[in-house]
Amino acid sequence: MSDAKSIFLKDATVNAADGDQRAFIRKALGGYYLNRDLQKARFRDWERARDAASLAKWTAVNDLANQLAKFTDNFERNGGVVHWARDAAEARAIILKIAEDAKAKAIVKSKCMTSEEIHLNDALEQAGYGVVESDLGEFIQQLRKEAPYHFVFPCMHVKREAISELFTKHLGTAPTDSPEELTMIARRHLRQLYVDADIGITGANFLVAETGQISITENEGNARLTAALPRIHIALSGIEKVVNNLDDLAVLLPMLATAGAGQPMTCYNTLYSGPRKKGECDGPEEFHLVLLDNARTQLLADPEQRDALHCIRCGACLNVCPIFKNIGGLAYGTTYQGPIGSVITPHLRGLKQWNHLSGASSLCGACTDACPVRIDLHHHLLHNRRNAAKAAPTWFDRLFHGGFDFVIRRPRLFAFGGKLFRATLPVLQKLPLPYLRAWMKTRDLPKAPAKSFRDQWKETRHG
Amino acid sequence: MRVSLFVPCFVDQLTPQVGMATVKVLERLGHQVEFRAEQTCCGQPSFNSGQWDVARRGAIRALEVFRGAEVVVGPSGSCVAMIKKFYPELLKDTPHAAAAADLAGRTYEFAEFLVNKLGVTDVGASFAKKVTFHDGCHALRELRLKEEPRRLLRAVKGLELIETEEGESCCGFGGLFSAKFPMISTAMVQVKGGALARTGADYVVSSDPSCLLQIGGWLSREGKPILPLHLAEVLAHEA
Repeated sequence: MSDAKSIFLKDATVNAADGDQRAFIRKALGGYYLNRDLQKARFRDWERARDAASLAKWTAVNDLANQLAKFTDNFERNGGVVHWARDAAEARAIILKIAEDAKAKAIVKSKCMTSEEIHLNDALEQAGYGVVESDLGEFIQQLRKEAPYHFVFPCMHVKREAISELFTKHLGTAPTDSPEELTMIARRHLRQLYVDADIGITGANFLVAETGQISITENEGNARLTAALPRIHIALSGIEKVVNNLDDLAVLLPMLATAGAGQPMTCYNTLYSGPRKKGECDGPEEFHLVLLDNARTQLLADPEQRDALHCIRCGACLNVCPIFKNIGGLAYGTTYQGPIGSVITPHLRGLKQWNHLSGASSLCGACTDACPVRIDLHHHLLHNRRNAAKAAPTWFDRLFHGGFDFVIRRPRLFAFGGKLFRATLPVLQKLPLPYLRAWMKTRDLPKAPAKSFRDQWKETRHG
Repeated sequence: MRVSLFVPCFVDQLTPQVGMATVKVLERLGHQVEFRAEQTCCGQPSFNSGQWDVARRGAIRALEVFRGAEVVVGPSGSCVAMIKKFYPELLKDTPHAAAAADLAGRTYEFAEFLVNKLGVTDVGASFAKKVTFHDGCHALRELRLKEEPRRLLRAVKGLELIETEEGESCCGFGGLFSAKFPMISTAMVQVKGGALARTGADYVVSSDPSCLLQIGGWLSREGKPILPLHLAEVLAHEA
């Protein structure tokens, strides 16, 4: 068993048994469902909008080399500097080099899951830089020294009282249970940090090829301050974030807001078009973009699962996933939690170590129905399972399915085996048999009938 | 119509009354029912475990078993989805692709067959009980059947149908998932089963016997007063 799997099983077991935490997460998502459905109803046709959004990403991803080249040409024409990173180590090195060249001390960041993917904060802190997360949820998680719980709502699992305590401990503020007051505490603390920071690091929601602009969407305004106040702006983005043009962006932005947070539009939608130009009064002096591959091109080469690159990181699949809701986001041990995380993590970090996430699904398909860009999520979990079984078959699976194969091709043996199973079920239930014991721990089995359907059929029809 | 029955392996062995009820309803409607005893399992346990070679052999076998059948009807959204949706995927780019597509087109889930193929909603059943319906995920999302079973239930004399919270939530069965990840599966059935029990219904009805195994198993262990029942059993019931 891989380390990742044994940690997952341990955490998932503990969390799935935590009824209070499960109820808290369900309650937190209750408002989301309501708002999401209200906003979906405002679309003339949500399903057609999903088609359009899916097509927008499909056209970009299936022409990625050209669209990326077009984007970077335009981005450079706007005065930005493009850096290509094959993997996490290269991306970290590039960003550290920029910081070193700039003789930077303080760095402020807005929400960027790609930076979590490359463990950027650790690298920056080890190199001696002060790094502060400016997104409220990420700020809280940073103080908690904990990874984001949900890639859109990083601290959705943290109760208000715990946030108040955290602020009292780290910022010395008076306890409060008012969400507004807690927000203001964080804002007051962060304001000066934007001014002091030499570098602002952001992510990117979309890269618009037609114009060379970076689209960032946020609710707190912190990304604007992060991008605009420091001398240097570094944006970090996966290469798959490209869209062809502004028309496609016009489809994707409301889809992202509605599917992700139940909003008509996210509060702030900004297009960043390069560093401060001559005669302009604000904006950064330098604007860098780090484009990260980190196994995305491998996924691109897989025609079956390529659509996983359509993901706009809205989090809708997490919000409807019964697995996520019951085990929580931290148990995954991944940058990207929930169904999309279970699909792509084996590609990003290795199938052998991470296939268990594809197994940990009832394949209910709620995720696929929720996805605004129609990624075939739950079927990709099946594809991962197949690929893993082929790449590294386990002896148990060989034995189990080999035996199963042998029996189901022999109807008489199948009938006999069934009879034996029914006759011995009361005893079998007490034996430490794999699978059966796991079932019996929390559930009963129906009393085995004396006669199978085929027996009864034979007796009543041909007897 | 001549109907060839597709009886899921665990229905055959553990809940044969579901198969018998299916026969009863179809015959009551005047159809000729046959059961081809060569059938065993659709192969879904292996398919879902990534053992596609095993599943593929099972699929090719099923193509043989049901060769020439006018229509194939099964009382399980999950097993029918295996034939209708996943056999074509398993057998694409093989010499069996056309036969798989052909079988998929002739195969129906029980409620789907009654409502969409035969155009029947009132099957002459009577069942004076309060019931709530559980949508199996395969019926709901792979086969897109939601109204069909409800229309059948609403036409049952004396039956009161009530909807549940967590209506479209998975029960947590997922085949071997329920035993490979028992703690997650149990958490899921706690959510679903709890909601079902709170409806105050006498029975939780589903067109998926595998979900009923999970839900019923948990309800029984917890001593909840609501009982599992297959749609076919309700429709087979007469006054």
